[in-house]
Order: sequence, then C-alpha cells, then structure tokens
Amino acid sequence: MSATDIDLEKRRFLTRTTLALGAVGAGMAAVPFVGYLKPGANALEAAAPIDVDVSKLEDGQLIRVEWRGQPIWVLKRTEEMLETLEKLEPLLRDPDSDKSVQPESCKNRYRSIKPEIFVAVGICTHLGCSPTYRPEVAPPDLGKNWLGGFFCPCHGSRFDLAGRVYKKVPAPTNLVVPPYRYVTDTHIVVGEEQQEAV
Amino acid sequence: MSECKHCETRGARLIAWIDERFPLLKVWNEHLAKYYAPKNFNFWYFFGSFALLVLVNQIVTGIWLTMNYKPDARLAFDSVEAIMRDFNWGWLIRYMHSTGASMFFIVIYLHMFRGMMYGSYKKPRELVWLLGMSLYVALMAEAFMGYLLPWGQMSYWGANVIVSLFSAIPVIGEDLATWIRGDFLISDVTLNRFFSFHVIAVPLVIVFLVFLHIVALHKVGSNNPDGIEIKEKKDENGVPLDGIPFHPYYTVKDLFGATVFLAVCAWIVFYAPEFGGYFLEKPNFIPADPLKTPEHIAPVWYFTPYYSILRAIPSKFGGMLAMFLAIFILFFLPWLDRCPVKSIRYRGNIYRIALALFVVSFLALGYLGTIPPTPTAAFFGVLFTFIYFGFFVLMPIYTRLEVTRPVPERLTMPKPLLEREGWFWDLVRQAISCFHKAPWFTKVTAQWQKIRTFMENNKYLRHFL
Amino acid sequence: MKSILYLVLLLTPLWAAAELGAPLQQPNIEVTDTASVRRGLELYVDRCLGCHSLKHLRYRRLQRDLRLSDEEIKALFPHLERIVGTMTTAMDPEDAARWFGVAAPDLSERIRALGADWLYTYLRSFYKDETRPFGVNNWLFPDVAMPHVLWDLQGEQEAVTAQLGDTVVIQKLELVERGKLSPQEYDKALTDLVNFLAYAAEPAQLERRRIGPYVLLFLFLLALVTYRLKKAYWKDVH
Repeated sequence: MSATDIDLEKRRFLTRTTLALGAVGAGMAAVPFVGYLKPGANALEAAAPIDVDVSKLEDGQLIRVEWRGQPIWVLKRTEEMLETLEKLEPLLRDPDSDKSVQPESCKNRYRSIKPEIFVAVGICTHLGCSPTYRPEVAPPDLGKNWLGGFFCPCHGSRFDLAGRVYKKVPAPTNLVVPPYRYVTDTHIVVGEEQQEAV
Repeated sequence: MSECKHCETRGARLIAWIDERFPLLKVWNEHLAKYYAPKNFNFWYFFGSFALLVLVNQIVTGIWLTMNYKPDARLAFDSVEAIMRDFNWGWLIRYMHSTGASMFFIVIYLHMFRGMMYGSYKKPRELVWLLGMSLYVALMAEAFMGYLLPWGQMSYWGANVIVSLFSAIPVIGEDLATWIRGDFLISDVTLNRFFSFHVIAVPLVIVFLVFLHIVALHKVGSNNPDGIEIKEKKDENGVPLDGIPFHPYYTVKDLFGATVFLAVCAWIVFYAPEFGGYFLEKPNFIPADPLKTPEHIAPVWYFTPYYSILRAIPSKFGGMLAMFLAIFILFFLPWLDRCPVKSIRYRGNIYRIALALFVVSFLALGYLGTIPPTPTAAFFGVLFTFIYFGFFVLMPIYTRLEVTRPVPERLTMPKPLLEREGWFWDLVRQAISCFHKAPWFTKVTAQWQKIRTFMENNKYLRHFL
Repeated sequence: MKSILYLVLLLTPLWAAAELGAPLQQPNIEVTDTASVRRGLELYVDRCLGCHSLKHLRYRRLQRDLRLSDEEIKALFPHLERIVGTMTTAMDPEDAARWFGVAAPDLSERIRALGADWLYTYLRSFYKDETRPFGVNNWLFPDVAMPHVLWDLQGEQEAVTAQLGDTVVIQKLELVERGKLSPQEYDKALTDLVNFLAYAAEPAQLERRRIGPYVLLFLFLLALVTYRLKKAYWKDVH
C-alpha cells in the first residue's frame, strides 16, 4: 500500500455524495411505510358523508345518526327554543363561537345553516361523554334558570340549544358542529361543506 | 489514530461517554474497523451481507404486514387482498416480503455454494458452518409456516402435504401430525399457531443464530477464494499481511453490491412480482378450499429439490426420511470431506466433478419438483437423488483419493478481467478489437473524450472519473 | 356415469381444466389502455356481473383508476345510492347453486390464478351441444356449468370432430351462424373484457408499473456513485 496515490478529497466527496443519495433513498423508502399507516380505503369509505332525511322530524325532536363512529345529533328547534338563545348569551363562555369548531356557514347565533335545524357532534368537549338532551324548562335537577339545552352527566357541563357552553362548567368550548350541507330542503349530507348560501 | 485531535468535539465526547459504559469502540473495531478480511474476496463473497439485508427487509415489511393481516381462516385471504388493494402501498410491502422470501433462498443457496467451493466449512470453521446450517433449517421453517398465512389453495394444500408427512412415522405418526395441526385437518387453529411461530418464535431464533454465526466467523476470521489462513502471515503489528480492514474496504464494496442487488429485487417487485408463478404460485390467488385439491401441488421453488427426493422414494416413511436426511446430511460436510486443501482452486479434479454433479443434481431436482410426476420425471428424480446422496456418502472416499495442486503461500489477487487467460477471454479481447476498428466507435470515443475533458476540469465531476 | 363425471368436475378446480382441450390463445393484454379497460367494464357489467361478483374491487378504486366521474359510475351501477363498497352481485350463492349446479366464482380472486389467456380462450370456446342443459359446451372447460352469455355477439359455433381410436376429439370450432359482431369485432370485445378482468385481478399493477422506472433509475444512479466510491477506496489495495 502506498499512501501517496490516495486522493482523500475524492474519497470525501464520493462518501458525501453517497450519504446524500442514500439519505434521499431512505427518505423515499420511508414513504410507503408511512403511507401504509394512513386510513385505508375501508376506513375512508366508512368516513364517507352520510345522508339524513329531516322531513319527518317533529318540532323539538332530536335524532341521532352515526358518522365516523361519532353520534351526530339532528334537532329541529321550535321558535320558542330559538328565542332562548339570545337570552342566554350573558351566561355563555363563547357566545360568538370564536374559539369553537364549526363550519363557516354555521358561525352564527344558531350555529346552523338554517336556524330551525341544528346539527352537532354529540360529544362533550370536556372529556368525551355524550351529553343528554334536556329540552324542558326549569326541571328540578337543573335549576329554575334552565331554558332547555344539553347537560353532560359525567362532569355537569351545560350547553344551550345551539350547543354553546355555559360559563363555570368544565367543558372549554362549544359542541362541535360537523360540516354538512343541504341537498334539498329536507335532505342533509353530513360530512360535506355547504358551498353556496341557502 | 487521530482520535485525540477531535476529543474536543461534541460527537467525540458523546462516544467517549458511551464507551465508558458500553464497549462501543471495541465492538466497532473488532467487527468492522479492525476486523481484517482477506483482500481477494470475489463476487461470491457478497451473499453474506445480502442475506443480512434481506433479513432486515423481511423483518421490517413483516412488521408492517402484520398490522393489517388477520390470522383467522375466515379472514386471512381477504385481509391479504385488502393489504394488496385497500391500504396505501400495501401491495409494495407485500411484494417486498414475498420477493424477499425467494431472494433469501437464492442468496442463501449461493452463499452455501460459495462455502462448498472454497471449503469454508473446514477446520477451524466447522461451527460457522453448523450455525449457518441451523440458520438454513430455521429459514425453511420460517418460509414454510409463512406460506400458510395467505390461506390460498397452495398455502393450504402445501401445508397439508408436508404435515401429513409426519403421519408416516411409525406408531406416533398420526398423533404427531394431529398435534402439529392442533386439529384433524389444517384449520384455523393451525393457521394461528403458524402465524405465532412465523412472526415471533422463528424470527427470534433466526436473529439469534445470525448473531452467533457472525460471532463465530469473526473469532476465526473469514476464509477466502484461495483457502489460505491469512492469520498465519502477520506484520510486526499483528495485522495479517493479506488482510484489509472490513471497514471501509468491504463496507463500500458491499454497499455497491447491495445497490445492484436491490436493483434486481426492485425489478422483480415492480415488473414481475409473481416471477412466472415461481415466487407467487398462481393457484394461491384462490382462497383455500379444504374440499378441492389442486390438480398439481408443487411447493415453492426453494423446497422443490427436497420435494423431488421425497417423490423419488416409493414409500411414505422412506420418502420422508430421505427428504429430512437430504437436509441434515449437509450438517456433516466438515467431517465427510477428508481433503486437506480448502479451495476448489487447488483441489483435485475429482472434487470439481463431484461438486459440479451435485449442483446439477440439485438444480435438476429443483426443476423436477415443479412439474407433475410423469414416468420420465420420476426416472430422473431417482437418478439425481442418487447423485445427490452419492456426493455426500462417497465423499470420505473420493476426497482421500484427490490429487491436489500446490497451495500458494500468499493470497492471489484477481487479475483484471481483460488480462485473464483462457479461450473465453481471448474471444472477448478479439470482439473488443473488432469494436475498436469500427468507425462509429471512433466517433463515440471522440465524444466521450470531450465529456471526459469537461468532467476532469470540473471541481466536482472529476471525482466521478 | 355422467353424474360421476360431473362430481369430478365439481371437485376439479378451474385451472386444472387448462391442461385439457383447446390450445390457449393469447390476446393483447394492456391494462394501461384505459379506454379498452372501460369498454371491458361496460361489457362486464352488462353480461357478467349478474352472477360473477368482484368482491375485492371497490367502486372508488375503479373510479380512480379508470378516471370515471360520479355520473359515469352511477350510470353503470344504477342501484348504487352512494359510491361505497365493492362490486358484489345481487345473486344469492344458494340460488346460483340451484340454477347452475355451482355457485358462480368471484372473479376478482379467480382470474389471477387462471390467467388472461385462459379466460380469453375460454370465452371463444363455446360450441353447440344439445346434451348440455344450456345447449352449449366448452372446448377448454368441458361440461361447463355456465351458459354462453355472449352468444348473441359471437353467434353459434359447432365442433369439428375426428375419430381418434375409440374417442371422438374436437379438432377446431367453426362459426355456423354469425352473431351481432363479426369475428374480429368479437375478439376485440373479448380483449377489452379480458383486459378489464386482468386489471381487476390486480389494480396495483398500474401503480407499480408507474413507479418502477423511477426506483430503478435511482438505484442505477446510486450504483454508479457507490461504484466510484468503492474504486476510490480500493485504489490502495494491491
């Protein structure tokens, strides 16, 4: 071996080129292994939008449907119920829904596209229990100020009939409103965003 | 060494910190930087590192496949189809695993053949050979059990045939086969235990054996194409005169080899994952059906030599014995071979012919195992079975009679291809001189010279010359 | 005797039949020919899907790979309310077993075992045989349980037989009555159909063929660099 004809610079350059190319290769090889962990076709189809027929809903009736494994509430609110929303606003933590999750089309007092139909994910934003629907006014257990709303039995969080959270309860934000849109007046698709105004 | 120059850098301090608590530098030096390997390794010495590469591939892709595979007879087939169709890149990971299985055996067979050519099993490397053979058997168990998992027709009936073999053992056979299956037929229970063995038990054994195989090898040092012990000639520092440190010399060489090997594998994965029905057998795309036996059951190609031996013996128990004997006789190679010379380069013609016959019979048995048992095929099956066993049984005799050639004192470096002797290389040289005369060759050369000059003058590109 | 033959047939898987009878013909299969695969899909939905499901093939996958719009999918599958699920069939397997003697196999898991050549030859090998329940037999798959669902397209074929010792063997099939399509058009329609099924057997092949060249190109580049690296280090080994 003779040390004289070793081109150290060449070795260094080629080593670095190999390392760089190898890193690129390893990165590309990681793509399928990372991608594989994403939801597969089955999960994506299970997460596909669902259709809800609201034509048979009676005033004040709440129905539950399942979307992405979550309970989705669809509630038809009466005029009286809608009137309570404004009155309750001083008691609420986030009345304008600034810190809460809802599609742009539902960022209003009613938290809905059309005031009478309310759609929400029926999961308390505190620790994931499903609140109960309590439309009655001033029941003994909820006190005389209760004008109807949702009550979470786990930790006592209270929401009004637009899913807006009260002050001084553990839940931090309003109930989540999922994306949905009207196909016709009585046909809602949950999981797709409303594009144009109704 | 110039270690202390860098003592101040953060990396060096980290290494020093670890080294006080763990023999990091010791392991690095003993197995890489100061592991002296003979400097004349040729093509055949790539396959050990390729095997390691394939093992890593099998483990990683296997972990990923296990995430969505369902070891349940009702769900297994569909879950494999779901991996192939519904999960992102599932097809790639599955083909990498199935191609890897076959490549593992190709690499291992070439690795073993290398050992037989250069006498790598001989003293002092008997344990390396025994550990390697144990690895081979573990690998066969791994492959056999893995093949049941897709729960296709070939999975089912292949497993059925092999497990039924055990029932040929007198007295306990029937109970033994039932015990292996955990049922009276290959069923959900069998699938579950094979799954458990395939993904946990056997891989652990394989990894442990690989560790032992390498530890044993590095204790005695690598053999080489000349079959000389390089440790017998050392310089004043105790470094073998004909040795070079594994790192960086063989790491860069194996890196290049591995890249070419990966390209071959990638070609199969992307363009021929079934490999003409050899890597993935066509009937296995139909779900297992315990009521319909396929017309022709052939194991995957890597088992077919032994399958031919099984079929060559006209008795169930005898066939089974012959098949297992064909594998286990390989363990005894170090003691069957009585020739003092290791490498085929300096061994007698007898051994060269015997080894050639063995290779031909192994390949022929392999081919015969893939075709239906016609009378002609059966005849050749018996013939090559005799040659297969003859190679081992007669070895103690013919290796004693060998007229060997003188073994050189020091390693011989391979000559550059174009300086080699023999009619073949003469022909190559003639062909090349014909090219040199062609007018287009001059043009191409002129163009290449221009590119060369450009590259030589470029700061970076010159390194690629 | 005949019932025994029938039983044997039932117990014999489909691919075993490939070794009997008609010589295999080879269509020009090109699954990247989307137009052909689409025509094949239309024919499949029209003539085959009634009995043969493709339970591993998702509508969404089909839509993506063949670049079909929601409207095109809904036109092909009018019963679909939402584009989810796989191409299953409405036929109950038990009904099928009663009507045809066997349940029609799912083709998304059968075609890969049989091969495109087999399927193509099979669909060209029906001939008139009054002794069979549907009035047709198949040269490639003798005593097949399936009727010739494309007969109005192909027309009617008769077997030209020859006496060979004690047995009568088929030498070739002859078209005796033309169908709606000319023989060339029929072969083309069959090629489309087989093309579609070859795709349905392994949709991933589109992806792997697309990605393959890039992977190989990268490895080729890496091999060049590592080769120079090896040479640079080995310069001092003599």
